[in-house]
Amino acid sequence: MADARTSSLPDILRDAGLYALVAFGLCIPIVAYRTNAGPTGLELTPRWPLVAAFCAAIFVLRVVQRLILARRDARRALTPSPAQATEAVQGEPDAGQRVSTFGLYAFLGIALTLPVIASLASGGLGPARYWIDLGILILTYVMLGWGLNIVVGLAGLLDLGYVAFYAVGAYCYALLSTTFGLSFWVCLPLAGLFAAAWGMVLGFPVLRLRGDYLAIVTLAFGEIIRLVLINWTDLTGGAAGISSIPRASFFGIPFSADEDGFAARFGLEFDSMHRVVFLYYLILGLALLTNFATLRLRRMPIGRAWEALREDEIACRSLGIDTTTTKLTAFALGAAFAGFAGSFFSVRQGFISPESFTFLESAIILAIVVLGGMGSQVGVAIAAVAMVGGPELLRNLGFLSAVFGEGFDPNEYRLLLFGLAMVAMMVWRPRGLISVRVPSVSLGERRAISGAHVSEGHG
Amino acid sequence: MDVFLQQLINGLTLGSIYGLIAIGYTMVFGIIGMVNFAHGDVFMVSSFIALIAFLILTAWLGISSVALALLIVLVLAMALTALWGWAIERVAYRPLRGSFRLAPLISAIGVSIFLSNFVQVTQGARNKSTPPMLEGGIALMQSEGYTVFLSYKQVLIMTVTAVLLTGFWYLVQRTPFGRAQRACEQDRKMAALLGIDVDRTISLTFVLGAALAAVAGVLYLLYYGVVSFSDGFVPGVKAFTAAVLGGIGSLPGAVLGGLIIGLIEVFWSAYFSIEYKDVAAFSILAIVLIFMPSGILGRAEVEKV
Repeated sequence: MADARTSSLPDILRDAGLYALVAFGLCIPIVAYRTNAGPTGLELTPRWPLVAAFCAAIFVLRVVQRLILARRDARRALTPSPAQATEAVQGEPDAGQRVSTFGLYAFLGIALTLPVIASLASGGLGPARYWIDLGILILTYVMLGWGLNIVVGLAGLLDLGYVAFYAVGAYCYALLSTTFGLSFWVCLPLAGLFAAAWGMVLGFPVLRLRGDYLAIVTLAFGEIIRLVLINWTDLTGGAAGISSIPRASFFGIPFSADEDGFAARFGLEFDSMHRVVFLYYLILGLALLTNFATLRLRRMPIGRAWEALREDEIACRSLGIDTTTTKLTAFALGAAFAGFAGSFFSVRQGFISPESFTFLESAIILAIVVLGGMGSQVGVAIAAVAMVGGPELLRNLGFLSAVFGEGFDPNEYRLLLFGLAMVAMMVWRPRGLISVRVPSVSLGERRAISGAHVSEGHG
Repeated sequence: MDVFLQQLINGLTLGSIYGLIAIGYTMVFGIIGMVNFAHGDVFMVSSFIALIAFLILTAWLGISSVALALLIVLVLAMALTALWGWAIERVAYRPLRGSFRLAPLISAIGVSIFLSNFVQVTQGARNKSTPPMLEGGIALMQSEGYTVFLSYKQVLIMTVTAVLLTGFWYLVQRTPFGRAQRACEQDRKMAALLGIDVDRTISLTFVLGAALAAVAGVLYLLYYGVVSFSDGFVPGVKAFTAAVLGGIGSLPGAVLGGLIIGLIEVFWSAYFSIEYKDVAAFSILAIVLIFMPSGILGRAEVEKV
């Protein structure tokens, strides 16, 4: 269908018709009938108009796509493509690169001043709570994305069980603080250490595996940890989780209204928002620490070994790089940052349960890394904002519920769009949003090259 | 002994279902070397198609013969799920051939998330339970108040599986399509040079895998009588475990692996602890992949540099 690209209109219409027909086939009966629990068992509600709308949408989209493709093909026929060039093309910095240099400072600026901006914009700290909470959520995912980026983006080890280390960190703080009364600042490094140790433990047996098999085994480990958390009721509280986890304190000073509290000590008026703002800067600091560590590590021998390992493991071994240590350090470091993020998660929520650490969470973090362009720090941050913040913003757009009817909740469609975005990204831009790579070492001038010139493709 | 026999029957039934799903994994891995992560969700989609088709047939069209209704449901589910399999391959995997190593797997995870949430959005998040479709059975043995019971459902599941596997075996071993499929599995480039339409063969492989998953989906619905949008993941992983255990790329291996996983799961639940039965399955997956990656009937893979 798509292979025979003639661009005459009847052809395009016929092709789009076929697409619509396939869409129709896919819609029956899943979309056409909805099953609802009725008084006498399941009842069916027909929804044929929805199917018609669906097929029409596919038809229109396909026609538009074919028209655009036809135009591009016509233009391509006139200008030779860079792929046909005999010499390596030193491309102009493309849009992605400009975004990545400019975006860096814009992001940092906004991130550092968000509580100020938000409280000015909505008039006071209290009303700004929504924005600051959203900022905390996004930054948590930015941090997790950056942590996973070490494993997936730099070392090229696809880890589908990353959330397990997040869980280890979260449970570590929750258990240590509720049973031994240790403070957050003692637990934070401990959580990182524990998670790193788990990273080593789980990383060790999978050293021989690569690619798909490695991914599946890490998935299995992630699920095992979650199932153990659910079933080991004596220690973890089972599916009910652990509640009333102690709140964070300002380096030992609690955020309370009494005279030993944060507000009284610093001569401020008590405001429950102080704690939220503090948490915001805490996660910002942790995320930036992750970023800083990653950037510095990339320049160290170990970081270069990671990237070499990603490109070609056999060549790596021939050059005398110890692949065991290289892989284990990547796992351990990635896990340590997940552990920090996990203990932050539990101090912020005050309640954790295995529900928060499902495979889906791993997939979301992976999606963020993939969409950001594996290996690119700014790309990961942009992807986290888009994927975590995007649906939140959609929720507030009133006209959407006017279009799709009352009770329209974009959050329901969030994961649906995640899935679609992952596929679309792999098909259209497998190298991610920011697909430009700056070499870690270079002779003379440092020039960014397009990701297309890197052999593994995600360099 | 009675308990053992009963668990054996249950295990073989469950194993048949896993085996049917596992074939889809093993064929796709054999031919394009990717883990079709979305296969478990294709199985779940087929369960929903079967559920709705069954409701339409019995409640609206008033077909009272269960056998006829089940047959129509089976054919319908196979056809529609095969279409899903075809469309998924076309949209999400075919453009990625020749892309980097992990691209198809990531795309497949995307498809998996999409499918389960698509069903959640269109059908709601609640468990859907059907009225029992097929009741009754044969009491095989009776002693001291314990009856070893072989239900008609179980007979049907094992028969359908056996018949389909024989047919499928014939298809792969004796027909031109099967020959093309095996040739592509060995060397895609060479097969293409010899005039085999590789893309078409791969498409057909996906279609067949999805159709077998659809059979598994119908049987699953028949057996448990309940399905939800999240039911694809765990059976999917278990079936993948079965495929790996049997030796990925080997069809008899997939069925054998399925039966073993089914038996292990059932006996584990009966004699050890039901809470940790999924842990057992996941542990087997990890252990097999780490220590025995070529499985029971598989060929050891030699890596070419």
